[in-house]
Amino acid sequence: MSFFDRFFGKKNSANSAKERLQLVLIHDRTDLTPAELDSLRDDLIATISRHVEIDVKAMQIGVEHDGRSQRLVADIPLKAARRKTRKTR
Amino acid sequence: MPAQVITIASGKGGVGKTTAVANIAVALASDKSKVVCIDGDIGLRNLDVILGLENRIVYDIVDVIEGRCRLKQAMIRDKKLPNLYLIPAAQTRDKNAVSSSDMIRLIKDLRTDYDFVLIDSPAGIERGFRNAIAAADRVLVITNPEVSAVRDADRVIGILESEEKGPASLILNRLNPALVKSKDMLSPEDVLDLLAIELIGIVPEDENVIIASNRGAPVAYDAKSRAGQAFRNIAKRLKGETVPFLDLDAQGSLWERIQRLAGRK
Repeated sequence: MSFFDRFFGKKNSANSAKERLQLVLIHDRTDLTPAELDSLRDDLIATISRHVEIDVKAMQIGVEHDGRSQRLVADIPLKAARRKTRKTR
Repeated sequence: MPAQVITIASGKGGVGKTTAVANIAVALASDKSKVVCIDGDIGLRNLDVILGLENRIVYDIVDVIEGRCRLKQAMIRDKKLPNLYLIPAAQTRDKNAVSSSDMIRLIKDLRTDYDFVLIDSPAGIERGFRNAIAAADRVLVITNPEVSAVRDADRVIGILESEEKGPASLILNRLNPALVKSKDMLSPEDVLDLLAIELIGIVPEDENVIIASNRGAPVAYDAKSRAGQAFRNIAKRLKGETVPFLDLDAQGSLWERIQRLAGRK
């Protein structure tokens, strides 16, 4: 990596290799494409919204890895909780 | 003690499977073990030239399977090491000439008389690879610190897990310490973090490997070569010895971390 790359904040190539591989391997291992993950997200929103009101904009869903096993992680903030606290005041 | 049957696979071609098989075989045989290596790449044989035995081939593995010769007749004794043998692949046939049960049957006959049977898998994840792992007790996955090789290694590791052939061990081949240091090559830590399997060896990039294959005398014979030393260390680890990983100049702290990662320290 040249001085100029460093100066202009270009990331070192080993790092980009690792980051790109991390994403590719998750998809290879789970057979889950980004498009499928989006449709899973939409289904989750629809199902959960039937029971509680959720903050769709703040919702996060992704696949994390722990060793060689993959984990689907969803962080879904609830809207209804806030309304309840207001009522009790 | 019955033989350990070890297959070396990679998914991607050209990462050093054949070189690794030849060198580990030479290192094991130099250390008194009785070793047979089998070229599993039917139609594209190469282990014979890497070992310098190409002029001695009379019969090959397909001749044994199809009953044209006895197993012993297809086993070529090495020029220097009397306890090292090669069973060459057929060059004019394709992978369909061999089945998984053929491999299991053939290797069963070797288990009693030898200490190690090393199988050189073809590239890919199809029939030839399936045949090469069918009889294996253990699989070593070899890769280079490079995106496509690591990705293909991960596919192979996944297949080995689903076939219950795991846990596989990793050989990281052709590591360039200077490039790792300037952060322009995936480090052993990066690769182990991505693939999440046990490390059995790190082989540095070494021009002596090419010189050795030109001569048909694997680099494991070369006492001065770093790659040769790395292959000799892998052979010792296969025999159950604990050997520290090579310290590749000025990489002290990094290499200590790798050793810790691999549970060797």
